[in-house]
Amino acid sequence: MSNKMKKSLSPAQQKYQVFAKVREPSRPVLLNSFRAFIVGGIICTIGQAFQFIYMTFFNFTEVTASNPTVASLIIIATILTGFGVYDHISQYAGGGTIVPVTGFANTLVSAAIEHRSEGYLLGVGGNMFKIAGPVIAYGVVSAFVVTIVRFIIIELGGM
Amino acid sequence: MLQGYQSWVFHSQPVILASSAVGGPFEAQGALADDFDILHDDIWLGQQSFEKAERLLLEQACDKAIEKAGKKKDDVNFLLSGDLMNQLISSSFTARTLSIPYLGLFGACSSSMEALALAAQLVDSNSAEMVLAATSSHNGAAEKQFRYPTEYGAQKPPTAQWTLTGAGAALVGREGEGPRVTSATIGKIVDMGLSDPFNMGAAMAPAAVDTIQAHCRDLNVDPYQYDLIATGDLGRVGYQIAKDLFNDHNFEIPQEKFADCGILVYTERQAVQAGASGCACSATVTFGHFLNRMRSGELKKILVVATGALLSPLSVQQKESIPCIAHAVSIEI
Repeated sequence: MSNKMKKSLSPAQQKYQVFAKVREPSRPVLLNSFRAFIVGGIICTIGQAFQFIYMTFFNFTEVTASNPTVASLIIIATILTGFGVYDHISQYAGGGTIVPVTGFANTLVSAAIEHRSEGYLLGVGGNMFKIAGPVIAYGVVSAFVVTIVRFIIIELGGM
Repeated sequence: MLQGYQSWVFHSQPVILASSAVGGPFEAQGALADDFDILHDDIWLGQQSFEKAERLLLEQACDKAIEKAGKKKDDVNFLLSGDLMNQLISSSFTARTLSIPYLGLFGACSSSMEALALAAQLVDSNSAEMVLAATSSHNGAAEKQFRYPTEYGAQKPPTAQWTLTGAGAALVGREGEGPRVTSATIGKIVDMGLSDPFNMGAAMAPAAVDTIQAHCRDLNVDPYQYDLIATGDLGRVGYQIAKDLFNDHNFEIPQEKFADCGILVYTERQAVQAGASGCACSATVTFGHFLNRMRSGELKKILVVATGALLSPLSVQQKESIPCIAHAVSIEI
């Protein structure tokens, strides 16, 4: 609890929160991290396999193979989301399924399916980026900031 | 009649003529499946949206209760109904179908006992002959409105609860056979400053404790006089906290007679984290399981304390804490 939060709470509220806190099961952080590592690793390995396949059997280089690889993972995640499987894997894997590109596909597809009942335009179109939107917005902002920093360092002769 | 500070005693003892519980596929796998009148194997109920499915659940619960009592829709004077959807769409659209004079109630998951207490009050005060009290909730519809899309892969913490898909209804009348509503205690808002919507059990526990203690104080009864005191949807976390709070307050409550609907309704094998929640949680367990046990003579006197977390998705995002409430209704046979 931050100090600011603490200040706005009455003594009775503070006392209860301490009382309740010790009785709440905490998130199993270590176990969750381990599962995320394993499942996230499996997803990356599958991605790696795709990359090898595209490089070996098709005319792709290591650089150009990344596009069809990402697309394949997105398609798999989309299908799993559509069949209602992805959220069950995620409950087990946590960050392991959210952080890879498959998690990003899941945010878009789940929101699109959910709001299909409100129509294609305002439902699917309006809500598809409900969860993914912040990632895109702040992804662009942080990319911009990093680019500026890099530019300044280069200009100063740092690189 | 008002007794004490916040309780009503119903001297005419309105009768629950019939009650019903309707559930979805997940409830059909639950621990109390036998006590549901209708169980659906499709979460969509063949409808286009979760919201329409919830409405159908509520309509079926209302129809079933009226049918079981051997009455007609026209016999019912008022419908008191609540749900979790914005602007109470499930209740209002159901009232449109039933075309019974209607009052919509919002007490979040405490709506079931809010409706039953008010129904008994209307009958007891001669304002009505027969009143239908009903509530519903739908897992998909609630997740969509309050949290994330149902298929979104966010990991839920062990304190999270599973919104029950179902609806419950009770038809309260002046005369007849059945369990009787004898008293009710209207809770006040208790807000202990908790703001985590994935831990509503801990937020609601103090409200449940406050209402149970107020009930015993106002009516001058002892918890030991009840065969069962059941909270609505505290879940495993909130239930444990409530028990410890009673201890802390030196308020003796018989452990084996103290239960929580949110824990009872599902089995250990079902992955619902801390337990069930939703308007239909206390409604289906009370109007199905508990009343069946009363009719079979297993229970004589029970106190149902439906707990509600009165948050909105907006208030959560604006970092507001969760105001909580609990209403208690005592039922005897």
